[in-house]
Amino acid sequence: MNNLSKTTHEPLIHITKRAAMDWWKACLVRLASIVVALLLCAGVIILLTKLNPVEIYATMFKGNFGTPRKIWVLLQNLSMLLCISLAVTPAFKMRFWNLGAEGQVLVGGLGAMACMFYIGDRLPNVVLILIMLVASILGGVVWAVIPAVFKAKWNTNESLFTLMMNYIAIQLVSFFIMVWVPNGSSVMGVVNADSRFGWLPDLFGQKYLFNILVVAVLTVVMFVYLKYSKHGYEISVVGGSENTARYIGINVKKVIIRTLMLSGGICGLAGFLLVSGTNHTISKNLAGGMGFTAIMVSWLAKFNPLMMVLTSFLIVFLQRGAGEIATQFRLNESVSDILTGIILFCIIGCEFFINYQIHTRNKHKEETV
Amino acid sequence: MIGTIFSFIKAAIIQGIPLLFGATGEIITEKSGNLNLGIPGIMYMGGISGIVGGYLYERSTENPVAVLCILIPFLSCLLGSALMALIYCFLTITLRANQNVTGLALTTFGIGVGNFFGGSLLSFFNQSGSISLLTTGTYYKTPLPFASKLGLFGDTFLSFGFLAYLAIILALVSSWFLNRTRSGLNLRAVGENPATADSAGINVTAYKYWSTIIGGAIAGLGGLYFVMDYTAGAWTNDGFGDRGWLAIAIVIFALWKPKSAVLSSFLFGGLYIICVYIPNLSSSSKELIKMLPYLVTILVLAFVSMKKKRSSQPPESLGINYFREER
Repeated sequence: MNNLSKTTHEPLIHITKRAAMDWWKACLVRLASIVVALLLCAGVIILLTKLNPVEIYATMFKGNFGTPRKIWVLLQNLSMLLCISLAVTPAFKMRFWNLGAEGQVLVGGLGAMACMFYIGDRLPNVVLILIMLVASILGGVVWAVIPAVFKAKWNTNESLFTLMMNYIAIQLVSFFIMVWVPNGSSVMGVVNADSRFGWLPDLFGQKYLFNILVVAVLTVVMFVYLKYSKHGYEISVVGGSENTARYIGINVKKVIIRTLMLSGGICGLAGFLLVSGTNHTISKNLAGGMGFTAIMVSWLAKFNPLMMVLTSFLIVFLQRGAGEIATQFRLNESVSDILTGIILFCIIGCEFFINYQIHTRNKHKEETV
Repeated sequence: MIGTIFSFIKAAIIQGIPLLFGATGEIITEKSGNLNLGIPGIMYMGGISGIVGGYLYERSTENPVAVLCILIPFLSCLLGSALMALIYCFLTITLRANQNVTGLALTTFGIGVGNFFGGSLLSFFNQSGSISLLTTGTYYKTPLPFASKLGLFGDTFLSFGFLAYLAIILALVSSWFLNRTRSGLNLRAVGENPATADSAGINVTAYKYWSTIIGGAIAGLGGLYFVMDYTAGAWTNDGFGDRGWLAIAIVIFALWKPKSAVLSSFLFGGLYIICVYIPNLSSSSKELIKMLPYLVTILVLAFVSMKKKRSSQPPESLGINYFREER
């Protein structure tokens, strides 16, 4: 070791890109990172509460699967997060950083709520729901297409643009709540609680089943769209290299705008499902940060819609589990954000070991000799 | 009337100070090519670290000394926010993780840490109620001694705690550093084109690390100002709100120039609270007016990209990680 460092000026470690890792090895690395993350989380929990971590994880499990109702809520939360993740995915695959899902969902929800509010009692329920659906999707599309046009035409930084659009949407929602709620209260109650106008129907007596089915179908469709359709191909070429895309005759601007219309449309759909199928009211926390979480879900799944079922399950499981811990052990609910953060850091970091290879000096020496 | 205008200006400055810290920090960070979307989380972390430091000190002694009351929260704030930035650096620079994803995760984490400790710090010590560090807050709020003698002018411009002046000084020093020093030039080179900077012998990794960490620490002070000066040592969960994102908006609005960030911050601070000062405003139109800062930012962003003026563009490699072997 000593004489080596005297004679050579090679760096101690050097890093190269891996060609490809076997899928099972990659899975192992990811699994390992989750294990490390859970250990870290356990450490944090012990530090904070001095409780037995096994007990904590058992509580988390119970919080998610304890009663049938909890399972339904879990599935509902899972499907909403998955829906928004599916929405942002085509854009990300194209390397368009749509950080505006939050706002697109809000405007979508606002569209649905406006229909419920203004034409709620004048139309048959089916027609009303269809109009709400269209309004929601339109809202989402408009909110996504504005930054897309600027990106396509003038190469405006889309991550900052979409980010700002979120806050405009939030204020817009606050504005309409102020207009709609008579006594100046900033909280809107459940709309049409008696007549159930504009509410999605219960399927087999289950309130959330409709949402879950819609998102399940959407997941498969998105998988096929990205993997087997011409559009999906164009998206991945543009994401890989815009110049290549131009060279083989893809109209990059068209693809950007089209893909963002899709992305925003699905966000709008998510807003519709949240308003019409879940909450029947609107607040500026309608998306509740899911627009941002979705970005991580999509990225962790490597933009694969089927994998996203797993990654969004992981996140939702953690958040609901941490919520249960919070109530059981009288902790602050934000503990779930801390745990989510730690787990994300670990999973984000582990990608390095999948994509890159580390050579240490000694090993390298042997190879060259 | 004049009284209202001056009190509006004063309020705008007060609102603008945390934004200015955040914006200055983010500008320094972004100049190295790192788009740190974790700034909102870092500012929460700065605030809560200061609170925790101050709380532990106030608990440990009967008669808190002014110097320590200021110094302990100040240093723990710097430490907390620098640690957050270090996580970001390690993940994006060393492990080459995606910057947007890492930043957003950092924001989730930071806000979580802030609200968690803010909400349950007292219960760790078997106390109830909410955190209120009056002594520390008072020291942080102490204005310049001669402010009260200068009438309206003194009240409007000189009645702030020392952090407010530090914010302006830091912004001006950053401006000088970026434009007038060799290291600043190197830093800008790293942000524009790391490969070229690397071949010119600049240590890209070191520059990225240091600028992001220092930027993070500065941004964290915005959180400290908010909890110590603005709310006088009290913590409310989610009290800091979306100011972190507003700071990122100011970076765009100021076209990545710390000097312009000073006035931009006060302008945004003014827009943030102008609805309180416009008479006879319905509560719904108040919400519309709160939209203004974001709307203005979008307009600037769009306008700048359309004009394509070279001096007002974002750093060329913003958001893209550098990997030497990938050239």
